[in-house]
Amino acid sequence: MTFEPVIGLEVHAQLLTRSKLFCACSAEFGAPPNAHTCPVCMAFPGVLPVLNRRAVEFAIRAGLATGSTIAPVSRFARKNYFYPDLPKAYQISMYDAPICLGGEVRFTVDGAERRVRLVRIHLEEDAGKNIHDAHADASLVDLNRAGVPLLEIVSEPELRSPAEAAAYLRALRETLQYLEVCDGNMEEGSLRCDANISIRPTGSDRLGTRAEIKNMNSFRAVERALEHEITRQIEVVSGGGTVVQETRLWDADREVTRSMRSKEFAHDYRYFPEPDLPPLPVSPEWVEEVHRSLPELPADRRARFERDIGLPAYDAEVLTARRDVADYFEAAFARLRNAKALSNWVMESVLRIVREKKLDEQLRIRDWPVTPESLAELVELIENATISGKIAKTVFEEMVATGKSPRAIVADRGLVQVTDEGAISAAVDRVLAAHADKVSEYRAGKDKLFGFFVGQVMRVMAGKANPQVVNELLKKALS
Amino acid sequence: MNVDPSSLTLAGAALRLSAREFTASELLEACLRRIADTEPRLHAFLTVSEAEARRQAATADERFARGEALSALDGIPIALKDVFLTRGVRTTAASRILENFVPPYDGTAVARLRSRGAVLIGKTNCDEFAMGSSTENSAYGPSFNPWDWSRVPGGSSGGSAVAVAAGQCLAALGTDTGGSIRLPAAYCGIVGFKPTYGRVSRYGIVAYASSLDQVGPFTRDVRDAAILLEALAGHDPRDATSAPVETPGYESLLDRGLDAIRIGVPREYFHEGMQPEVESSVREAIALLESLGASVEIVSLPHAGYAIATYYLIATAEASSNLARYDGIRYGRRAGGAATLVDTYRQSRDQGFGPEVKRRILLGTYALSAGYYDAYYGKAQKARTLVRKDFEDALARCDLLVAPTAPTTAFHLGEKLEDPLSMYLSDVLTISVNLAGLPAVSVPCGVDACGLPIGLQLIGKPFGEATLLSAAYAYERSTHWHEGRPPAAPRSAA
Repeated sequence: MTFEPVIGLEVHAQLLTRSKLFCACSAEFGAPPNAHTCPVCMAFPGVLPVLNRRAVEFAIRAGLATGSTIAPVSRFARKNYFYPDLPKAYQISMYDAPICLGGEVRFTVDGAERRVRLVRIHLEEDAGKNIHDAHADASLVDLNRAGVPLLEIVSEPELRSPAEAAAYLRALRETLQYLEVCDGNMEEGSLRCDANISIRPTGSDRLGTRAEIKNMNSFRAVERALEHEITRQIEVVSGGGTVVQETRLWDADREVTRSMRSKEFAHDYRYFPEPDLPPLPVSPEWVEEVHRSLPELPADRRARFERDIGLPAYDAEVLTARRDVADYFEAAFARLRNAKALSNWVMESVLRIVREKKLDEQLRIRDWPVTPESLAELVELIENATISGKIAKTVFEEMVATGKSPRAIVADRGLVQVTDEGAISAAVDRVLAAHADKVSEYRAGKDKLFGFFVGQVMRVMAGKANPQVVNELLKKALS
Repeated sequence: MNVDPSSLTLAGAALRLSAREFTASELLEACLRRIADTEPRLHAFLTVSEAEARRQAATADERFARGEALSALDGIPIALKDVFLTRGVRTTAASRILENFVPPYDGTAVARLRSRGAVLIGKTNCDEFAMGSSTENSAYGPSFNPWDWSRVPGGSSGGSAVAVAAGQCLAALGTDTGGSIRLPAAYCGIVGFKPTYGRVSRYGIVAYASSLDQVGPFTRDVRDAAILLEALAGHDPRDATSAPVETPGYESLLDRGLDAIRIGVPREYFHEGMQPEVESSVREAIALLESLGASVEIVSLPHAGYAIATYYLIATAEASSNLARYDGIRYGRRAGGAATLVDTYRQSRDQGFGPEVKRRILLGTYALSAGYYDAYYGKAQKARTLVRKDFEDALARCDLLVAPTAPTTAFHLGEKLEDPLSMYLSDVLTISVNLAGLPAVSVPCGVDACGLPIGLQLIGKPFGEATLLSAAYAYERSTHWHEGRPPAAPRSAA
């Protein structure tokens, strides 16, 4: 018997709001322990939550970008459980009335387009962190993260392979990054993914018993963990056993999933409507306002780059993977004709320096090595044959080093390409006269020497001769 | 000069302070002497902030000397139920679990009093976490009714009622979740006002049941209640359930009288088993209201009988969640010697909470549990809607409703302690008002054969505090019940 996996993902995305979901504390990552806390997020007696409107707006953005229905009224609920990193002993979340319902995420796997529907998107607060290894006989609690806003995005169990799961997650991350609601950093935990996974005989429409896999901190971990879990479940069933409904943790070092708690020990969270927060109304006007502010989404932009600008699929994919890169490209392209030449410069030169100098952070490239205007100018200089592609590389390095415009560099250093046939002809004559022996060899059939003559002419011309004209005149002179 | 705080109202004291007849410090010292004399018998306070209060009074006197009084509350000694968080002053909620808890911030109500110059004299006793009707559930021992030391002052805000009735301060704040202001006001012969849910911020009061809790004043007369309510009321951006509505000038609206006021008398609130003197006093009061110009009709609240059960599901469900934060981790009592995290929780909470609090946490946890939610919490929410609808219907025909505050006068200490259900029934006439979120006031309307005060309850429309206050004021001006003071040496069964 063959089996197919049935996978649904639950993604938690930390929102890039300045403050926490229910108090004014900073939501920034990386402060000293408990620096970002106040009576509200420490759950002192008497405190009350006040909802961060920006977080709601971010949820609406995510909902609109995935085609979800934005609920006219949603409601927060309390999820009750005891743990030191949860100061109120309840998490304020949404339960029976989430802010977004339905929707879908589109992505491609092996060149084929897939759509996976969403169950819901809702807002909730993050917990703090327990630190167990800092002290010999005590655990410490850091509540900086307690109350940071999260979006929980739940897919239908429609993913059919680990590769699909990873592609779905990539597409979702890209969308959230485009919307500038989440930085998508899985290592730092600002994007977290849990999976519900079961197997069933291929072709069956029944769902098997599922396990929930947690602690997958990278795309690779998601794929590896799901592959491992599929194998494990198939082994269990093939061996005559049954899969137990449980939560399992992915151990990335050993590459196994381990049981964390089974259903018998599952919490009864005693959800009930949060009485400290009134129901949350979202007016059609508000939705419309957010809708107007939505950026073009990555899939749409990719299609446009291919269709309207005429870029190859690969280039479109690379350039649109980040919103700021795509924006940069478009800013430069505004004054050019040759998209492909510009694309090469962005992908090969600009992004190389961004990577080398680590200029990218979160959602923004901190400093572009050169402005899009200068880059466009450089490409223009090549297009109108002012400089050669080879000279352009030198000019580019100098643009990065000095910040000067390519025109200024070309002028200052006298790099303007010589296309004047008289000057080049003179150089050709000089070179051929100086190397009469090689001319004879060439004429006798040693074709490889052509490159040598080109090099010599360029040397005489200090590299500024138009290579095409050099080629033509050399050929004429040698024939 | 020798000031007798028990003979003063807040408004009267404010006039004499601004006339410089006495100073805020003299007034405070008189209250502190009164506290020293009466506390051994009454136990109204858990903390008396003498030093802090003296500083505040001295500052108030400087303002009076400069002629820059901040408000009618400037220099007035006011006590706070010990569920109001006070920066730097211990706040226990009458529980062992917060025995040494000193808050890092002031709640909104406290901040409003402070900014108006009030002298915060101390923190009053109450039932632990405001759970109770007699103040006997305090972890620090009960308070005693100043009219009869063998009787309870009512609860849960018993200490605040006692302090005002006994002249230990001029006014006090309490909280009312199911009657916790009105019941002790009735039992102690003073005015207790519970505003509309959302009228006064809940920020900075120890939460018991979030959808029911409301802050309100205890005063000696209705004018004082109007003055204090005006200071407390108003939208607070820190409380998402506080209403963004204007606060009327309650004091200036007191004289509107009862002409054209339609009063409804809920049939269900005059039930069998009610103490006869309570019924007769309330009926006399209704007749007086009618003679003052109001029209009176009988109305029905058909779901009144479900109120107690509904309340004890919703309030305890919310409480079970609200009190989960007392886990011994960040503040409050932590059990020593626990070997594991779970033991830390268990032992801290076992040692920290009293029996009634544990009972309600268990009840509420059960009501929210998987498999029971629909039958208990879910059904209670539906019943709450019906109770609220009853009031909407009745108040569509009337401007306010009139009823007794409690079926009896103050009962004896220990009388109901072993029988929680009969204790819960003391709130039978007040509890629906919280479920419906309405404003209500208890004013003195008589005494029983033992000389114990009886309370008249007026219930208003949402945010109809002004009408409620002017009706209560019209009644009060035609009677002398509010002028009664507890005897200096009351009889005691002891």
